[in-house]
Amino acid sequence: MMLLRAYLPILILLALLAAIPLVVTSNTALNFVVFVLIITLAAQGWNLLGGVGGQFSFGHAAFFGTGAYVSAILQYSYGVNAWAALGAGILSGAALGWIIGFLSFRAGLRGSYFALVTLAFAEVLRILANALPITGGAAGMLLKLNIGFGNLQFTSRGAFLWLALGFVAAGLLISRAIADSRFGAQLVAVRENEDAARALGVDVLAVKLKAITVSGALTAAAGCLYLQYFLYLDATIAYGVWISVEVLLAAMVGGRGLVLGPLVGAFTLHGVGDLTKQVAGGIPGIDLAVYGAVLILVVAFAPGGVLGLIHRLLSGLTRPRPAKEAQ
Amino acid sequence: MYSFPILLEATLNGLLTGAVYALVALGLTLVYGVLHIINFAHGAFLTGAMFAVWAAFTFLGVDPYLAIPVLTLAFFALGYATQRFVIGPASHGDDGNILLVTLGLSIVIENGLLAVFRPDTRTIATNYAFDVVEAGPILISQARLFGFAGALVVAALLWLLLARTDTGKAIRAVAKEKLGASLVGIDVRHIYAVTFGLGCATLAVAACLLMPIFYVNPRVGQSFVLVAFTIVVLGGMGSIPGALVGGLFIGVVESLTGLFLGDSLGQIGIFIIFILVLLFRPSGLFGARA
Repeated sequence: MMLLRAYLPILILLALLAAIPLVVTSNTALNFVVFVLIITLAAQGWNLLGGVGGQFSFGHAAFFGTGAYVSAILQYSYGVNAWAALGAGILSGAALGWIIGFLSFRAGLRGSYFALVTLAFAEVLRILANALPITGGAAGMLLKLNIGFGNLQFTSRGAFLWLALGFVAAGLLISRAIADSRFGAQLVAVRENEDAARALGVDVLAVKLKAITVSGALTAAAGCLYLQYFLYLDATIAYGVWISVEVLLAAMVGGRGLVLGPLVGAFTLHGVGDLTKQVAGGIPGIDLAVYGAVLILVVAFAPGGVLGLIHRLLSGLTRPRPAKEAQ
Repeated sequence: MYSFPILLEATLNGLLTGAVYALVALGLTLVYGVLHIINFAHGAFLTGAMFAVWAAFTFLGVDPYLAIPVLTLAFFALGYATQRFVIGPASHGDDGNILLVTLGLSIVIENGLLAVFRPDTRTIATNYAFDVVEAGPILISQARLFGFAGALVVAALLWLLLARTDTGKAIRAVAKEKLGASLVGIDVRHIYAVTFGLGCATLAVAACLLMPIFYVNPRVGQSFVLVAFTIVVLGGMGSIPGALVGGLFIGVVESLTGLFLGDSLGQIGIFIIFILVLLFRPSGLFGARA
């Protein structure tokens, strides 16, 4: 019964999303869903570390870009099979996560310091990718169009949607399993009070390292999918600030630390963003300005995100938040 | 590999650029020292100030240097209001929330500017932009010398304000012990807002000194603020002399890495220093505490 209650919302949402290609034929709509699913997957990675573990990374682009570039370079320069390249991309994200985590968590960086160091890692990678010949430099890399299941390229957008959805489903199951596990409980303890968790015998460093490794792998997988869908990569796409911000926003807006948070958040944000773009016409940046405002509003009025709001509405709870010390 | 005058010129140029970096970092370090948060919207405020200088020159014909007093006051007010009415209330006193709110602010400001001014890069053409001073074998841009002098003056003024005035004393008190300060009758929310206002005011000065020699577009603040983060961490978070020395140092590092590795890798030296300092000496080279 418990199991059903925990997994039922996930299954319903997945079934609804899987049905989309059967009823929707508009390429624009399918593109939208695929893109948002890729963002969701990347945000699931951020959510595990930032939402559940409370370690705010401002540089998840490092994982997204590394996954994408490793996969692209293997396919482009070494002729490696796309599926194998995908696996290598995911592994490279996990490895990078472990390295960044080992360096920064062992140095005791938290809060603002951790946010800054992740940002700096992403920037270093961006500058390198923009300058080195192996990544195609500033011109970027264009994968050869070669449709086929073995090459992870599909003529039908619906097929790619199912592929992306499969990854998101795996991300959901992993997040759910972690939330119910001992590791998940330890991660929450680290978020709530690191010193107290340590005093209770939690190996804080090991828990954080595990979280950032899985987090890096998930976000790297999203980078690989991005590459397979758009077949083009440059340093600004792969390591740009945009993706670091997107994943943080999606997780925060959906409901930080919640299993369904990134999925709900990504669709809410991009729904609102696309609506704004249509209403405001072609004004550049207007959708992003709205994202920023949404982030501030969520932090100010809905710390539980959209899912928190839904929960409050459903349970009819209107009790005010306890007043905290004014800042 | 390079002759002495070239190295000397690169170092000198680095020092001049570094002074402006230091000016941007001063506001950041002040806010960190008092509020103990990193203001991610710092770069966006700088971009806003640079657009204000551009607009004043283009539409009203106001010289950037003459715009300093008015713009500084305006940005003090803007910063004060932002902290008092947006960041403070929205973050419920939680550090993680402040981080997110300032990130949200930076996204709103940057993209708001993008929506209004479009992504075009703009410059202003003053008739003194290319004046130079001769110093032996090398030529120094006069506008950059002004920038250097301006940064030193602002640092001195800030230091005087903190050391010699009642407001400065209150700011230092809040930075050290928030609860104690409020117990002796200091309005902590007011002091927070004043500090944030001061941080924005230094940006207005920086923008006025920068515009005669630099360009502006909606993303320009990002490149400065990442450098400013590095300086603040290097100099010790919250330390004003640290920001000044750190700024000059980083300016020279950038100029010399640019010379040896080429322009596209010029900034990588900065980030590597940044990561190394964060990992091995997070209290900075001059700071006493983490």
